Amino acid sequence: MSTYEAIIGLETHIQINTRTKIFCTCKADSWDDPPNSNICPVCTGLPGVLPVLNERVVEKAALLAAAMQAEIQPVSYFDRKNYFYPDLPKGYQISQYDQPLAQGGFLDVPMPDGNSRRVTIHKLHIEEDAGKTINENGQRLIDFNRCGVPLIEMVTGPDLRTAEEAAQYLMRLRQLLRWLGVSEADMEKGHLRADANVSIRPEGADYFNPKTEIKNVNSVVSLRDAINAEIDRQVNQVDAGGVVEAWTLDWDDNAGVLRKMRSKETEADYRYFREPDLLPVIINQGFREEILASLPELPLARRVRFSEQYELPEYDADILTGERSLSDYFEQAVEAYGADPKRVSNWVMNDVLRMINEHDLKPENLQLTPRHLADIIKLVDGGTVNTSTGKSLIEKVEDTGQSPSKIVESEGLAKVSDEDAIREIIAGVIENNPDQVSTYKSGKTTIIGWFVGQVMKQSRGKADPQLTRSMLEELLAE
Amino acid sequence: MELTDLPAHTIAYLVRRREISAMNVLEAALNRISKVDGRPGSLDSNGRLPEDEQKVHAFITLTEEKARSQAEEVDRKIAQGEDPGPLAGVPFTVKDIFCVQDTPSTAGSRILGNFIAPYTATPVSRMEAAGGLMLGKVNLDEFTFGSSNESSAFQPTPRNPWNLKRAPGGSSGGSAAAVAAGEGVLSLGTDTSGSIRQPAACCGVVGMKPTYGRVSRYGLIAFGSSLDCPGPFAANVTDAALMLNSIAGPDVHDGTAANLAVPDYTQDLKKDIRGMRIGLSPDYFHITYIDPETGEMDQQPVPSEIEAAVLSTAGYLAQMGADIVEDIAMPHTRYGVPVYFVISRVEAASNLHRYDGVKYGHRTADNVADLRELYRKSRAEGFGTQPKLRILMGMYVSAAQYSEQYYNRALSVRTLIRKDFDQVFDPKGSHRLDALLTPTTPTTAFPLGDVYGDSVLMQYADQLTVTANHAGIPGISLPAGFAEDGLPIGVQLLGPDFSEARLLQIGRAFEMASEGEEWRKKRPAILSGA
Repeated sequence: MSTYEAIIGLETHIQINTRTKIFCTCKADSWDDPPNSNICPVCTGLPGVLPVLNERVVEKAALLAAAMQAEIQPVSYFDRKNYFYPDLPKGYQISQYDQPLAQGGFLDVPMPDGNSRRVTIHKLHIEEDAGKTINENGQRLIDFNRCGVPLIEMVTGPDLRTAEEAAQYLMRLRQLLRWLGVSEADMEKGHLRADANVSIRPEGADYFNPKTEIKNVNSVVSLRDAINAEIDRQVNQVDAGGVVEAWTLDWDDNAGVLRKMRSKETEADYRYFREPDLLPVIINQGFREEILASLPELPLARRVRFSEQYELPEYDADILTGERSLSDYFEQAVEAYGADPKRVSNWVMNDVLRMINEHDLKPENLQLTPRHLADIIKLVDGGTVNTSTGKSLIEKVEDTGQSPSKIVESEGLAKVSDEDAIREIIAGVIENNPDQVSTYKSGKTTIIGWFVGQVMKQSRGKADPQLTRSMLEELLAE
Repeated sequence: MELTDLPAHTIAYLVRRREISAMNVLEAALNRISKVDGRPGSLDSNGRLPEDEQKVHAFITLTEEKARSQAEEVDRKIAQGEDPGPLAGVPFTVKDIFCVQDTPSTAGSRILGNFIAPYTATPVSRMEAAGGLMLGKVNLDEFTFGSSNESSAFQPTPRNPWNLKRAPGGSSGGSAAAVAAGEGVLSLGTDTSGSIRQPAACCGVVGMKPTYGRVSRYGLIAFGSSLDCPGPFAANVTDAALMLNSIAGPDVHDGTAANLAVPDYTQDLKKDIRGMRIGLSPDYFHITYIDPETGEMDQQPVPSEIEAAVLSTAGYLAQMGADIVEDIAMPHTRYGVPVYFVISRVEAASNLHRYDGVKYGHRTADNVADLRELYRKSRAEGFGTQPKLRILMGMYVSAAQYSEQYYNRALSVRTLIRKDFDQVFDPKGSHRLDALLTPTTPTTAFPLGDVYGDSVLMQYADQLTVTANHAGIPGISLPAGFAEDGLPIGVQLLGPDFSEARLLQIGRAFEMASEGEEWRKKRPAILSGA
């Protein structure tokens, strides 16, 4: 039995998050809308209609192309891809074929082992989506809502070697799409769809064996599972003396199994030709420069910069750059704070992120501005409030929108360092808890923590815990 | 002479001055239709009846109610001092290849026999907005595939008002016949290889194919999308200019419509043409075809009376001060038809994919085993011979293994045809032409049944017109006299991109110069009898 390596490529379809469809003014996103509710003569291909290009689609696709380091073409064309299918109302799909919007490109994907894998793309093109066919009770039901939804198609080279690498690429692509604001990239809603091409070969070989195509994987987990299942199947097949045939496979997510959809003996002839109803897409120098100028720092570059510039651990840098707005938030907070970025990172990752996740908030919409966060940390640093008060301030600022210092003042949250005040509380606690005092005095001094807790409680968290502890030790010893 | 025989610009003028009402004009048109048109084309005509041979049969659908409410609206506006628009009270017909809301829009095909359009084509809605009265939808070759109008699934098909044994030409046969017979004063047609200009020539009316993109194609049921042009039919040049004024212009529904302001095409009609350079090309005085026996390219000159009509037109234009430039070489003219055979069929096959009998249109009544059989039977029953031939050929020449030698080659030759025009119209070139003057057709109107069935031979009828579609340039066919057999002869002017105003100006100059000619006074047989 020899060892094999897998050769994996991903074909991705990305739903661009424009408000309207690619060739008409129907609403593009129909999630939660009833079937056939966002349709018109144009997207249902009635006789006589013509497509009119939504320019936002080109802008967003060009932005992704720039982020993928692809060559944006000065002139590209739309073509007709002709085939019959009930959910394709014109009998052809308007796509781009031999002269797509962008050529070449790559994404350097960091892998969990610390290495990075360069994943190339051959081209990037834009096209319209087809409708949706649902088979139900022996009937075929067609929903045209998805017809004309703008898509970007990107196909990777055969550059991935494991299911995990494929999953990492898909996650990084999803991150990039959201980062750029090109797509919502929600796989469950079909905003990001992936088909995987899988083949195996003996380790070290330099040829390709016939590949299979896995369709219908709609989450990162499914992608990983489906590819692993297919690699196992191919290895077993070859080890048993069989050959791998070029099948198209369907991943059944519920059952966790692959099913054969069809054999791919001959390539379909789509009779591509230039779409005469649309003009060539011209990207002049000015437009290209605008796109490049609007290209933000990309997530992976920012991740590297965060670890270098702010001396953050990899883990922190990765979490903080997971989303563009979170990373912006962090940087603004660091700037407002003006000191140790790791301290800001801890606050963001522990407290701010927890609040964001618990209440499903967005960093860019927080009432707790980066400046507020910096102020809170400073209040803690300066001893005005203790750490637990500082943490409680996070939610209070978010709820009220008031500045931290104002809340501290109005609610009287400033830390009590006044020895007399603390002494008074301690005296009360000692007087009211004779049993605990005896326990302490009998030598079980660990109960001091309980006394500190009582004092903190009665001071409503304001007492300085260090001071309280030392005063308690002193008074209990009497 | 009845109201419906008046020029459109005169009708609009009289209606606006309240000398006649839009309703008067409409009644005259409806009266004419009921006298001369006979039964409309239908899918179940039960064969040909003897009386059919005495009528024009321009219509498929008469939209009398719609026209009445439009006439009422025009008259109401005038009564209330509102502007009724430049086509106020002018009755017009629409080739049944345009969608008109709530109206059968059949393309002359069984497969769309029951299709009621839910929206209106841009040029139609513009004519309506300009105060025109839409009389109805007129017949055409099925999906515009033909040059005699005989391929329509809606029978009986139109007859030539000048001689009822002749075809009106095609594919906009109903449009040309309706204007010639005074049923509608204007008509909206389409021209993919000559389908406006050729029937206009056959029926003795003016027909113009504007520059590609000058008039929106939105709502035009597509044949060859890179070639199709909507355009006007009218009895005279001024009316064609008036109609073009209303239909031309940018359209948010058509990305290929030119974003160019529309001049007033009637503005320059009276200006003289002194110093204009008008070319004659020997390549437009014969047709080249492939001998079916030998496969060799063969040539045949156009009939001498057609050549004489062109030369006579040139003479009038010279009289008006134009310079006639002879011996202009247009070497790629001969490839126009073969190139068209390939390009138009690839586009047609693709454009016809959507007719599957599922969403709208004809669906087989037979039981079917599966979806594939439903498609096959519906399309087999719904399409006539012409669409089937075009689908077969289009699928063949665009197949992966043939597209290089056919489709891509045809595209290359198409650019050479365009180059011929670029060179002769180049204002800095050696010819510096304002227009090229040619015959419109190599023959006068075909006898009914004569050429139909041999679609290859019929295609050569397009040889002198199709080049403008390849090049995207405008062309106009003008009546220029009659042949021995009493049938009209048309001459064609071709000009550079967006030179419609100039072509109309030259056309009007020719009309004025030849105004006194006897042949200008002739009326179609159907009207002299009626």
